[in-house]
Amino acid sequence: MKIIKLLFKNSFRHKLRTTLTILGIAIAVTAFGFLRTVVTAWYAGVEASSPNRLITRNSVSFIFPLPYAYKERIERIPGVETVAYMNWFQGVYIDKSQFFARMAVDMEASLKAYPEFIVPPEQKEILLRERNACVVGADLAVQYGFEIGDVIPIEGDIYPGEWEFVVRAIYQPRDKTVDGTQMWFHWEYLDERMKQDMPGRAGDVGWYVIRISNPADAARISEAVDEQFKNSRAETKTETEAAFQQGFIAGTGLIIQLLNFLSFIIIGIIMLVLGNTMIMSARERTKEYAVLKTLGFSGGRLISLIAGESLIISVLGAAAGLLLTLPLVEMFSLFVPKSWFPIFYVEPVTYVLAGTSAVLVGIAAALFPIQRAVKTSIVDGLRFVG
Amino acid sequence: MANTLIEIQNISKSYRRDSMQIPVLRDISLTVPDGEFLGLMGPSGSGKTTLLNLIAGIDKPNKGKIVVGGMDVASLNETALAKWRARHVGFIFQFYNLIPVLTAYENVELPLLLTKLSKDQRKKHVETALQVVGLADRMQHYPKQLSGGQEQRVAIARAIATDPTLLVADEPTGDLDKQSAEEILTLLERLNKEFKKTIVMVTHDPRAAEKAHTVRHLDKGELQ
Ligand SMILES: Nc1ncnc2c1ncn2[C@@H]1O[C@H](COP(=O)(O)OP(=O)(O)OP(=O)(O)O)[C@@H](O)[C@H]1O
Ligand SMILES: [Mg+2]
Repeated sequence: MKIIKLLFKNSFRHKLRTTLTILGIAIAVTAFGFLRTVVTAWYAGVEASSPNRLITRNSVSFIFPLPYAYKERIERIPGVETVAYMNWFQGVYIDKSQFFARMAVDMEASLKAYPEFIVPPEQKEILLRERNACVVGADLAVQYGFEIGDVIPIEGDIYPGEWEFVVRAIYQPRDKTVDGTQMWFHWEYLDERMKQDMPGRAGDVGWYVIRISNPADAARISEAVDEQFKNSRAETKTETEAAFQQGFIAGTGLIIQLLNFLSFIIIGIIMLVLGNTMIMSARERTKEYAVLKTLGFSGGRLISLIAGESLIISVLGAAAGLLLTLPLVEMFSLFVPKSWFPIFYVEPVTYVLAGTSAVLVGIAAALFPIQRAVKTSIVDGLRFVG
Repeated sequence: MANTLIEIQNISKSYRRDSMQIPVLRDISLTVPDGEFLGLMGPSGSGKTTLLNLIAGIDKPNKGKIVVGGMDVASLNETALAKWRARHVGFIFQFYNLIPVLTAYENVELPLLLTKLSKDQRKKHVETALQVVGLADRMQHYPKQLSGGQEQRVAIARAIATDPTLLVADEPTGDLDKQSAEEILTLLERLNKEFKKTIVMVTHDPRAAEKAHTVRHLDKGELQ
């Protein structure tokens, strides 16, 4: 026998209590993992943003357009690699609840600006050639069963009318952090219709995406761009993609903060659940610890015995919780359309966080029982009755 | 005349309860020779357990000196005292105090875990100790699967597993029926005679006291 055996036997002395404690921790850790995953999903846009990209929008508001003629002038700024423009098209596909990003883009430049959207070369060729062609993300294709050649009918709202796009390419997101649920079609196709139906809106672009060769130049180039269009009909505001995304989710920031806060409250709950169990068992064993000390067990050994027991329970609980998190997240993403949370997966850092918290909580929950066991004199311990 | 194993000189012990000091032992002196089987008797609250605890090094006197086997016990710090106990003293309690989640074998092995003995050597010690107490066939039993008398025999095996010089027993038969008490006393007698263990035993039971070579009486913290 080793001390470690006594440790395990101690942990499961009250099978029901230990099981319930482990279960409680598991549920809390699952909730923690799930909440963190939701928070990550919200921030995914920011995290997935490239430091190589700047976004230029109308300085008044995102909803005001910019003239497409800015493109050439931005391209002339040193350090700029590619300039693409995009419009938020929106529209209604099937019904209003079917939400995914639908955008009119400067196709060739946009694909260059977003190398993380991987389009097979033969599809790309046709995509660039056909004026009503569109490209959809692989996840979107799975969700709606889109195949090459399919026609996507969309009822315009921001840009009224009946629209039809032909799927000519399906892009693969480069990795899990890349949104695979966007739909892009040619800006020219949109602009042609605008010229006919609403000439006042022809030539408008929603925003520019600027790919720069060196992220260190971001501040200088942003300034240079905004300087270019100072005192013009449409002044610009240029910022990194990350800053832009952050602004975009700023409105939901409070909810996120709340979720974040909640996930740490959960850790506190785990702490209480485990602390309670540990205090109960250490109290019941007051006499036993005194007997061990009588036999010559040192304070250090008692500490490892108690801390070890606490750690066994907390780590088992955390492990069970994390094992439950994965299927829960999977199930959630089955029932919730991919396009709501384009990037939804359990980040490795969530495992690390939950694991570390479990260890810390395990240690913290043992502190009080340890101090009690060490402080209580043998004589008092032996005289202790319930 | 045998060598002196325990030499107690003018010890006093009091406990603090709230702001009051309650004297428990007053100016006690006692000499116990090696190989002795000493019985300590006295009314409840007279300080028997307290004296035993001082001899065994799990408590310290406020005044006076205790030398056991040449070691000035009261002067040792906690850690050194713990090591000394593990090496030299075997404890037998009234309520056995076995660890309920460990088998008889594991309970007896417990104090051996603190020694440098290898697993095989520990096994030999445990088996020998359990044979001596006549429970070689109950090694894998848990305390709750044993009778009170058997539990106390396991506790005795635990106390002798490390082969200590001194055994202290606090009312070892106090919770047992006549028959089992008799068995335990015979066992202690044997340990004293055959294995040359010095035994200090606190008891209320006159039959138990009969087995001792010497009986001392405590009354209100004073040795008669
Ligand atoms: N750790 C302690 N803290 C406070 N008071 C104590 C402590 N240990 C013993 N006492 C007190 O000291 C006195 C003697 O106690 P002790 O346990 O030595 O008596 P005893 O002779 O063993 O009695 P019993 O036959 O009932 O076991 C009692 O009044 C008891 O309440
Ligand atoms: Mg007593």
